[in-house]
Amino acid sequence: MAKPAATVAREADLADGKTPPKQFGPVFKAASGPAGWADERLGLASLGKHNLRKIFPDHWSFLLGEIALYSFIVLLLTGVFLTLWYQPSMDETTYDGTYQLLRGVTMSQAYSSTVHISFDIRGGLLLRQMHHWAAMLFVAAMICHSLRVFFTGAFRKPRELNWLLGVGLMGIGLIEGFAGYSLPDDLLSGTGLRFVDGLIRSIPLVGTYIEFFIFGGEYPGDLIIPRLYMAHILLIPAVILGLIAAHLALVVYHKHTQYPGPGRKESNVVGYPLFPVYMAKAGGFFFIVFGVITLMGALMQLNPVWTYGPYTPNQVTAGAQPDWYMGFVEGAIRIMPNWEWHIGGTTWSWNIFLPGVGLLTALFVIMGVYPFVERWVTGDKSEHHILDRPRNNPTRTAFGVAAMTCYGFFWMGGGNDIIATHFHVSLNNVTYFLRVAVFVGPVLAFLITKRICIGLQRASEERLLHGAESGIIIRHPSGGYEEKHTPITAEEAYTLTQHKEYVPITVGGDGTDHNGVSKRDLGKQKRRALATRFYFGDNLRKPTRAEIEEAAAHFDHDGANGHGHGELEDGHSNGHSNGHSNGHSNGHSNGHSNGQAAIGSDRDDLETADR
Amino acid sequence: MRFLSSRRRHPVAKPLLLVFALFVMGGLYAILAPSDVSSADTTKSQQVEAGRKLFAVGCSSCHGLNGQGSSQGPTLVGVGAAAVDFQVSTGRMPLAYPQQQAPQTKVSYNDDEIAALAAYVQTLGPGPEIPSASQYQPSGLTDEEVARGGELFRTNCSACHNAEGAGGALPNGKYAPSLVGVSDKHIYEAMLTGPQQMPVFSDQVVTPKDKQEIIAYLQTLHERPNNGGLALGGIGPVSEGLWTWIVGLGVLVAFAVWIAAKGAKAK
Repeated sequence: MAKPAATVAREADLADGKTPPKQFGPVFKAASGPAGWADERLGLASLGKHNLRKIFPDHWSFLLGEIALYSFIVLLLTGVFLTLWYQPSMDETTYDGTYQLLRGVTMSQAYSSTVHISFDIRGGLLLRQMHHWAAMLFVAAMICHSLRVFFTGAFRKPRELNWLLGVGLMGIGLIEGFAGYSLPDDLLSGTGLRFVDGLIRSIPLVGTYIEFFIFGGEYPGDLIIPRLYMAHILLIPAVILGLIAAHLALVVYHKHTQYPGPGRKESNVVGYPLFPVYMAKAGGFFFIVFGVITLMGALMQLNPVWTYGPYTPNQVTAGAQPDWYMGFVEGAIRIMPNWEWHIGGTTWSWNIFLPGVGLLTALFVIMGVYPFVERWVTGDKSEHHILDRPRNNPTRTAFGVAAMTCYGFFWMGGGNDIIATHFHVSLNNVTYFLRVAVFVGPVLAFLITKRICIGLQRASEERLLHGAESGIIIRHPSGGYEEKHTPITAEEAYTLTQHKEYVPITVGGDGTDHNGVSKRDLGKQKRRALATRFYFGDNLRKPTRAEIEEAAAHFDHDGANGHGHGELEDGHSNGHSNGHSNGHSNGHSNGHSNGQAAIGSDRDDLETADR
Repeated sequence: MRFLSSRRRHPVAKPLLLVFALFVMGGLYAILAPSDVSSADTTKSQQVEAGRKLFAVGCSSCHGLNGQGSSQGPTLVGVGAAAVDFQVSTGRMPLAYPQQQAPQTKVSYNDDEIAALAAYVQTLGPGPEIPSASQYQPSGLTDEEVARGGELFRTNCSACHNAEGAGGALPNGKYAPSLVGVSDKHIYEAMLTGPQQMPVFSDQVVTPKDKQEIIAYLQTLHERPNNGGLALGGIGPVSEGLWTWIVGLGVLVAFAVWIAAKGAKAK
């Protein structure tokens, strides 16, 4: 924390070395007594001194995880209210409440109490809808947060374990959401429960045993609601809370990652202290999230259980879908061809098992192992606290977009009937399209994304070597026109070139590679060489110092009338040498050396913490 | 009396007696037979005749000149007047071009013409008659009976029509239409005749009282205020998920951008 000291020193200068002792206001005076009492017993002062000044960097995308966290807090608060009235029982009762259209209908107590909460408890429907909206947002925010972490490479060393905690949180979040979705015991949730019952049964050989274990006998039995209730309000929230605590503790321990920029190094964090800046911002954001969820709960109807009616296994409703976060599994099962084996007395339901259990497992396994795969490819054992710009790792970005595309098509499958009715297309055609699209779509998305990333790399290089377009068109005496380019700032040049560059490795054919690795490891090396070529082979190399200096030198020679890029030249290399821009050498050399003073870090409004 | 008895063997007595007997029989028939039947018979036949003409112009190209059906359309023998009334007065028939399923469009005939068509098709073979208002209009049902209609609806109808009657998709571009805003009469007729993909729910399976209860349930469900706020399209979790992402996350991300941009800014 070099910066605060400097600030204090400057203030001291201003006061000419004669700072008067600080006069505290009445609030501080009143608070000092209890604060002192607490400090003497809990040691809060030293704890706070260390942690309240903790620096966090500022970016909107760092708040996505906070949305998830605050949604979870809202879930806990509203959930407590719901438990006061909800009855987790499958005992039958006859409804005799306010809702006319169910009067006299036989139903479970779980459903009856849910309708009771919705119609007869003051504020019950609002709290129920808030709870449900918060759950939908919780998972959505987790996914956005994980995408941010993925695309910026924030999962790299030393944060692999925290990534795994996040993957765990997401998986458990899905289960928690599903358990909550099933509790009202209405027709829709019962259908969802039946769906999961099918998933469990589809596990080859042991499926039916697991089903009997979970449901306590034949589906639906009379145990599943109390069991899900226990899991939903006690077991899973406790696990989630524990994981969140560990997740946040690791954030504090690792310190937050930051986007590249002048003054930002692997060894520092540039931003603001927790107190007072992030106390205010994060605290305020909590109330914003709470407010948005309250408004949604008040104004937007969600899961009107009373219209679905009580669950009876012989009833079903058209348009039965799970909540959105299970939609991709639903979709995969909807579009899956009917593959089934019958061997001896056993049934192997690949039609359910592969898209259901298989897809869920695949999603989380792929997410879990990805950081380790990428680390194996890069061979990079250093710590990374500066985030990647997604363009600088095109293959990772392309993988991410391909996965999103695949997920999106599966997701669409979950609503294939809604698509059919609302866009007046054939249900079968939607299904056939998606069967192809889930495989072809990701490949196309991968190729396109990778090309876009490399295009963006070229755009960065263009700015670096030729400057920014000024928008000023100059007419030459000879009659030609060109656009004047202005050199970019050293800060921007630094941002464009700070990233670590990976190059594909090569393996020699004589049994050893250029590093002298013996033949024994050759196969392994060849595989890695292939992987690095796949990963980095198409990357645009960063311009060398010589190239940038050359560009700058040409600019100096030609002066302000130097050629812009491309207009009169026909080759890319010509474009390079004729580009006019200065200040690049400065920016570029900053890229790898640690010695440079952090540009722009001596700003009054910023603070820097050492790692 | 002498006059009659002395002339009873007169040659014209027998023919006269026969004429007299005919008069008596005719008079008795005129008195005893219900007069309205004979008058209705003439209007009925006129109506059937009008229906036949309309049928020949508007329907026969697909259903055949005698309603026997063709490769383009099914036979109408035995479908009954109720089926015609449902199909034509909801604008499903006449069909503009061959489709997977007849969509609900603008009604092409007026009430008299529809009645005429229905009367004509009813003459092709006996089928369900157009129900009267007392049959399809639910009245005097208790709350429990209306709720029972909900149970019947969820057991028999919601698998295709959705629990709220919002409709749903069927294979190959077919669909179960929305029941919101459909008249009681048409719902009753649909159950009675099983139009398009729909199975017939005959009076033996779903009794007229059951049908009334189902209609009453739908009526009440669709007239109720929408508890809990905006219905968001009323198509369940798909639209709810969409709104989560657009409104929920969209608004919160906008706030996040705002918060991050506010105050002292770390570049």
